[in-house]
Amino acid sequence: MTDTATETRSVILEREFPHALEKIWRALTQPHLIAEWLLKNDFQPVVGHPFKLRGDPQPGWNGIIDCKVLVVEPNKTLSYTWVAGEADLAIQSVVTFSVSPAGAGTLLRMEQTGFRPDQQRNYQGAKYGWAHFFGRLEQVLEKQV
Amino acid sequence: MSNAQDLLFRTLADPTRRTSFERLCREGEQTVGALTTRAKVSQPAVSKHLAVLKQAGLVRDRHEGRQTHYSAQLSALAPLIDWTSQMTGFWQSRFDQLEDLLKRMDQ
Repeated sequence: MTDTATETRSVILEREFPHALEKIWRALTQPHLIAEWLLKNDFQPVVGHPFKLRGDPQPGWNGIIDCKVLVVEPNKTLSYTWVAGEADLAIQSVVTFSVSPAGAGTLLRMEQTGFRPDQQRNYQGAKYGWAHFFGRLEQVLEKQV
Repeated sequence: MSNAQDLLFRTLADPTRRTSFERLCREGEQTVGALTTRAKVSQPAVSKHLAVLKQAGLVRDRHEGRQTHYSAQLSALAPLIDWTSQMTGFWQSRFDQLEDLLKRMDQ
């Protein structure tokens, strides 16, 4: 049976880094390091810990992503909820990072799965990621010339 | 391409219009006068561009005394936005930053 009220979408990104697995794990789980590559935060590697990631506020969005730690398996898997947007219109998603040895380095896999009512998807997308849109629009427009 | 997308692309294809819209997105509500000061065209031309943006639902106007204030309507971009590709772009740039950080951690 298909549930038409909600829709699930995933973003998966994998990259090999020529660095030790433990070092990448630190970058994923230590607040001051997370702040350097992802966003400012009050993260703690404790299951159930609620925390916020703080980006720059934009028109229509306060820049805050509400999160809660779901899984912490040291040097293996880290997962947390990721809710961007306000109240009932928020984008609900779960981000999962997995690290595994790859040759002399480490493979990092990030999967973000979003759930939300279909009719709100585009609206929230616009509120959430308008800045990125301009880059895409430029590309499309260039192709059309 | 749907009619809604077609209208948005046509509206934003003009560089002056796109610049005004982008400015309203980044800086919030502004008067025609304020937008004209920084555009390279006359006030009537800016007003005309704003009227086109308004017709496409991309801006909203608000009258206060003799001034008209314009603000961006981000929800109008809805037909063009795709969450998956947005987030992919976001994470790609964050992975680049992670790569830089990992290099710095060596030092």
